[in-house]
Amino acid sequence: MTTYLASRLLQMVPSLFLLTVVLFALMRLGGDPVMHLAHPEASPEEIAEIRAAYGFDRPLPEQYLKQLRMMLRGDFGESFRFRSPALPLVIEKLPATMELAAVSMLVALLIAIPAGLLSAIFQNSPLDLGVTTTSTLGRAMPNFWIGIMLILLFAVHLGWLPVSGRLEATSIILPALTLGTSVATSLARILRSSMLEVIRQEYMTTAKAKGLHRWAVVLGHGLRNALIPFITVFGLQMAWLLGGSVIVEEVFAWPGMGRLLLNSVKVRDLSVVMAGVCVFALVVMGTNLLVDFLYTALDPRIRYSSS
Amino acid sequence: MTASGPQALGPESTVSEPRKYRYRWLWRLRHSPTGMLGAVIVVGVVLVVLLGTAIAPHDPELIDLKQRLVPPVWAEGGSVGHVLGTDQLGRDVLSRIILGTRISLLVGIAGVALAMLTGVFLGVTTGFWGGWWDGLVSRFLDTFLSIPFIILALAVIGVLGVKGGNNMLRLILVLGLANWVIFTRVVRGEVLAVKERDYVEAARAIGQRSWMIMLRYILPNVTASIIVLGALQISTVIIAEASLSFLGLGVQPPTITWGIMLADGRDHLATSWWLATFPGIAITITVLGFILWGDWLRDVLDPRLRE
Repeated sequence: MTTYLASRLLQMVPSLFLLTVVLFALMRLGGDPVMHLAHPEASPEEIAEIRAAYGFDRPLPEQYLKQLRMMLRGDFGESFRFRSPALPLVIEKLPATMELAAVSMLVALLIAIPAGLLSAIFQNSPLDLGVTTTSTLGRAMPNFWIGIMLILLFAVHLGWLPVSGRLEATSIILPALTLGTSVATSLARILRSSMLEVIRQEYMTTAKAKGLHRWAVVLGHGLRNALIPFITVFGLQMAWLLGGSVIVEEVFAWPGMGRLLLNSVKVRDLSVVMAGVCVFALVVMGTNLLVDFLYTALDPRIRYSSS
Repeated sequence: MTASGPQALGPESTVSEPRKYRYRWLWRLRHSPTGMLGAVIVVGVVLVVLLGTAIAPHDPELIDLKQRLVPPVWAEGGSVGHVLGTDQLGRDVLSRIILGTRISLLVGIAGVALAMLTGVFLGVTTGFWGGWWDGLVSRFLDTFLSIPFIILALAVIGVLGVKGGNNMLRLILVLGLANWVIFTRVVRGEVLAVKERDYVEAARAIGQRSWMIMLRYILPNVTASIIVLGALQISTVIIAEASLSFLGLGVQPPTITWGIMLADGRDHLATSWWLATFPGIAITITVLGFILWGDWLRDVLDPRLRE
């Protein structure tokens, strides 16, 4: 188990390394960094001076290594908009985003597990048809539009919930519902198909034959085995969900990382953009790692085959 | 076809498949209601794009401040002249939706085409050659997978800047960049299987160059998967385009897109529900069409791609 975990952690290193290369290349594509630092009427001599002072006259690999050392120390430079280091600005917004992501995931599971399970057990029933139709429709609707429609219904029309912000405890309901339903559709679909596969297995017949109650068979033997492919998709969906949080945060004015990132992009506050992208990627990689752990805990076959 | 007819062949042939192979796809379409629906929607959307201004009841950019925020025809205060109402500047919503179809479809197809070209090139070469090239591309693939699409888009747009330049081209570039991964993965997997076939070895044996083998023997055998994936990806890319335009990072006004219309509509939610409702329905119908059509294509051309 420990060797497996260690190898998974090691696998993250090349990905992280490449990420820093991509980010470095992107920043350099954005134009000559000296032009951002020098005042508009600087003479060529002054520009050369700044270039030398910041090390921009050194070979690119050397500049990259310098940048990498800075990134490793958590130094992404200063945000020109807030006049403070970029990384703490991003970290400060992390809890709000994680809170939204966690509650959304919970909403998604609460919808997807019963829906997927029931539509598989009662295959081809009106209930099944309802679930599959809804999930196809859900695939076709832009997530942020579902959010807008929810605002229209519950905040504007009925006046039950706040339109936006994060001031009241009920503020999270609409954004979490928006983000959660988008993930729930694909989760329900995958659970349905893996459950249909499991139902046909012989151990299900055995469990039924030994006189177990119908629901004990479905939950104890069926769901447990159907959860394995489900968790793979769950991990992938986590990345999707974190990406979707950018838009949902914007729709509901939720003060998280996504909104900070978006606003920084609009004014080209590059150091905050880069710090934000790095933190997002780290969170996604961390979640995938967590899902992998869960996976090995649930399915011993993976543990043995990898060691 | 012999005179004994299909009945003589046993129970497998009781379903009356058409006699001529070239009409089989049409037969399958007639017997798949969802595929039919998808095909009808896609053809309809293409017609709307081609007819464009000819079927739009008004000039979509005509500002008429006396006719501001007129509700749809069936609502109180609606007017027959503006079936789906008007926006904050008195522009006809229906006409704007009709003209917005152009950008959605154009950007969707161009984004997928770019992703397809890149992905197919990388997938075929890495699958065929393997080795260090495969290793390098696979690492990049992993890195791209760990960054959610929207975050990647934010990083690229942040560097390139929102204003100025050709923002349509930039949008297509971003969408292509975000979608090459899936093409590369699928094509690479197919190529790995195809390259073991005897005819590839035969081509090698007679001394064909590897480029010729890839072009003449490998590529034609993975085309079905590429087409199916392309059709399904159009739906993803249309939603992505709408999301980016909604966030103000895509095509800029005065160009008409559904995403921009939704962003406008959100600002008038409290008074004018129709502004944010109808462009969303337009997106949903279009995307639904491509999903159903793509699912059907997959079932006909390449059932193995089914999840």
